[in-house]
Amino acid sequence: MIFDFFAKLTGSEILASIISALLPLFLFILPFALIAVLLERKVSAHMQDRLGPMRVGYHGLLQTIADILKLIQKEDIVADSNDKTLFNIAPLLVFAGSYAAFAAIPFTSSYIGSNINLGLFFIIGISGIVVIGILMAGWASNNKYTLLGAMRCVAQMISFEIPTLMVVVTILMVTGTLNLNELTEIQSGFFWNWMIFGGAVPGIAKILLIPFMIIAFGVIYISTLAEVNRTPFDIPEAESELVSGYHTEYSGMKFAMFYLAEYANMFAVSAIVVILFFGGYQSPVGYLGNSIGLHWLIPIEQLFWFTFKGVGFVLLQMWLRWTLPRLRVDQLMAVCWKYLIPIAFVNLLIVGLITLI
Amino acid sequence: MALNTEEMTLNMGPQHPSTHGVLRLELRLDGEFIVDVKSHIGYLHRCFEKHAEAMTYPQVVPYTDRMDYLASMYNEFGYALTVEKLLGLEIPERVEFIRVIMGELQRIASHLVALGTYGADIGAVTPFLFCFRDREKILSLFEMTSGARLLYNYIWVGGVARDLPPDFLRLTKEFVEYFKPKIKELNDLLSFNKIFIDRTANIGILPKDVAVNYGITGPMLRASGMKWDLRKDDTYSVYNKFDFDIPVGDGRMGTVGDSWDRYYVRILEMEQSLRIIEQAVEQIPDGDVSSAIPRRIKPPVGQVYGRVENPRGELGYFIVSDGSVNPKRIKVRGPSFVNLAIFGELCKGHMIADVIAILGSIDIVLGEVDR
Amino acid sequence: MKEYFNNIYLALSTIFIGMSVTFKHLFVPAVTIQYPSVKPQLPTRERNRLYVNMDDCIGCLQCARACPVNCIEIETVKKIPDEDLGLTSNGKKKALWVTKFDIDIAKCCYCELCVFPCPTDCIYMTDVYEFSEFERGNLIYDFVTLTGEERKEKNENYEKFMVEKAAQKEAELKAKANENKDNSQDKK
Repeated sequence: MIFDFFAKLTGSEILASIISALLPLFLFILPFALIAVLLERKVSAHMQDRLGPMRVGYHGLLQTIADILKLIQKEDIVADSNDKTLFNIAPLLVFAGSYAAFAAIPFTSSYIGSNINLGLFFIIGISGIVVIGILMAGWASNNKYTLLGAMRCVAQMISFEIPTLMVVVTILMVTGTLNLNELTEIQSGFFWNWMIFGGAVPGIAKILLIPFMIIAFGVIYISTLAEVNRTPFDIPEAESELVSGYHTEYSGMKFAMFYLAEYANMFAVSAIVVILFFGGYQSPVGYLGNSIGLHWLIPIEQLFWFTFKGVGFVLLQMWLRWTLPRLRVDQLMAVCWKYLIPIAFVNLLIVGLITLI
Repeated sequence: MALNTEEMTLNMGPQHPSTHGVLRLELRLDGEFIVDVKSHIGYLHRCFEKHAEAMTYPQVVPYTDRMDYLASMYNEFGYALTVEKLLGLEIPERVEFIRVIMGELQRIASHLVALGTYGADIGAVTPFLFCFRDREKILSLFEMTSGARLLYNYIWVGGVARDLPPDFLRLTKEFVEYFKPKIKELNDLLSFNKIFIDRTANIGILPKDVAVNYGITGPMLRASGMKWDLRKDDTYSVYNKFDFDIPVGDGRMGTVGDSWDRYYVRILEMEQSLRIIEQAVEQIPDGDVSSAIPRRIKPPVGQVYGRVENPRGELGYFIVSDGSVNPKRIKVRGPSFVNLAIFGELCKGHMIADVIAILGSIDIVLGEVDR
Repeated sequence: MKEYFNNIYLALSTIFIGMSVTFKHLFVPAVTIQYPSVKPQLPTRERNRLYVNMDDCIGCLQCARACPVNCIEIETVKKIPDEDLGLTSNGKKKALWVTKFDIDIAKCCYCELCVFPCPTDCIYMTDVYEFSEFERGNLIYDFVTLTGEERKEKNENYEKFMVEKAAQKEAELKAKANENKDNSQDKK
């Protein structure tokens, strides 16, 4: 795999691990953020009968690069009354939290940052760091709006982890593994082996599982939406109430870090949904590489399918964002505690009973 | 263990995305809940009333545009009617029809801004842009008639500045046909969205008697279930020639007089305005539009109060004349200003997010609140 | 319990309705235009920058009086008898040299009140709307076609004329007085 390849190439394990750790950042997250920001602006524009960025490059293709150049040039403002240490650490922490999640995500069968057995558990655990970072940002800014935003954000993210975990447990009961690579391998073959269609479970149980898997998918999609603070759950940065939430006081590259983290997070949660329910990097219709005998083509195809599905769900997030209004903080909690958790729990019980068959 | 808690004072505005201008709200918060709201106004005070004393009567018209800049046509309409009342002028019928068409188009345009920004306040950005897209079409109609998109100076004392351009009536008809399905689209996208209903229904309930006691007018009063519209109840111009209804709030999604009702009454009013425009376009007579414009306005000594149903409520002008070419005193009863008075009362016990929802549903224009 | 499921149903169904609306709009052509490269067709009544055709201006000050914000400043000098200023395009006789016609376009509120009273239709609003400046002083437009020297000359001419006239008058008066004196002396 990639790590072994670099270890052989450089002859040093430390160097190899650094390279393979940075690989997703430079090969994937940064380009993805660049494209996703532009995509978001273009999608929103066309939904609103506008054109969006059109000036920089063909149809504004280079707009994000221009924006980043602008952000780099901007003055890094730290107000006098900010808690400087926390203020400076917070964006790093937020970004680190969302970036670390990529370590356990299998992009293809031959590239996974760290093939640990508790991969799913690790992702959910590590994204807790994001919560700390956001609270830090809100507190250190010494601003009432940011503090309110941060408090809302923390309450929201912690609450919505419960339905997420419940769905993860549901999947765990059917597949029996938390290793994301194995989870994907279970769903290999054609698309009817995906978990959303009952997985590769034999017999009548598969058909019985389908409706409950769809419900489970709905629950986890809604709760991950809340975890990345996207509309209708974007109350931490509700611009009409809290100006811009916890990152109101940030400027320049620190602001860009939050931005980058948000988009990285969007893809991370989409990737989790894809791995859990839509076969991860598995192709829905079999591999071209297999049929024409070029086996090196398979990982590339897998990367394509993984990105394709992931970006599909990111697009769905954008579509929702530009359609829906925003919930109020108590309604958000009601969605979590009154609707998602009971549904996820009942779903868990039923799926458990079905797996006994 | 008793936790030591304290109230937080949050200054919302004057620079805040959803205070609709430069309103400053001093919120006293218990966590996310509102204990008390104080609104501070005056950041946009431009001395309209004092300025008017130094102007001749026709020169006041461009100043009235700048009060409620989202309903300029209606401000001019009210001012012109009041001065005509003072002068005892007889107005050609074509002028009256033109004024009604303009006024109702302006009502739709103003409500579109109110609804669109309300959606944006709640978090839905797309309806906002859809509303503005349609408003631009109305503004283009105004532009071809008067030459300006926002501050028209079109309705003058005794007439209108210019006759309608030749294409106007056809384009207006086209707009009415174009706009009808857009209301349904807005309803699909926003009005009946469950999240939107949850955010606005049962929020900021304004009972009928309280509304009357506070002197609240316009869509806000009608949303509380009171059937009061100056176009019908104190009819002016040629409104009595048209067939239209006064929509009132019915508490369909919650309680009568909640924010959702205030929102929905505006949508229903747009439909009624379309009806009026359709009829007016059919019935408009030919004639001269400037024959009644006086060369020099020098009203007799006296005072007069004139009122019209502005998109936001009762817009009243009280003019004292000392017989010279300048008014001695002009006092404006601005609907936004009066409607804002109840804001603090409505907010108590709600959350921060509701403050925005309530403020948006009142639909204030700071230009008129501060004048 | 019924309400509970009804809520879920309502939430999901209305979200799908909304999403179908936005989805349809993905394929609706944009209503916006690419402004600096594509410019909208403006109607003929467009009210933007003021323009004064000085050939027709008779210096009657009506526009300055109509302006609610006093952004028009006009100074005029009477012509001396042997000067001929010609006619305006609608046949009015010009009797005044306009030595100052400044419009402070920064103050202008584009109300068009100055346009209507003009007897020769020489002040009007054009459809030029791109005239921002870095210096506020550049927004004071001077419409007078005379050069600075000419303006001075007209002023001096008029003053000279007035002085001459005054001198003439005085001379006449003196002459008259002298005559009177003579007469009275004669009577004696």
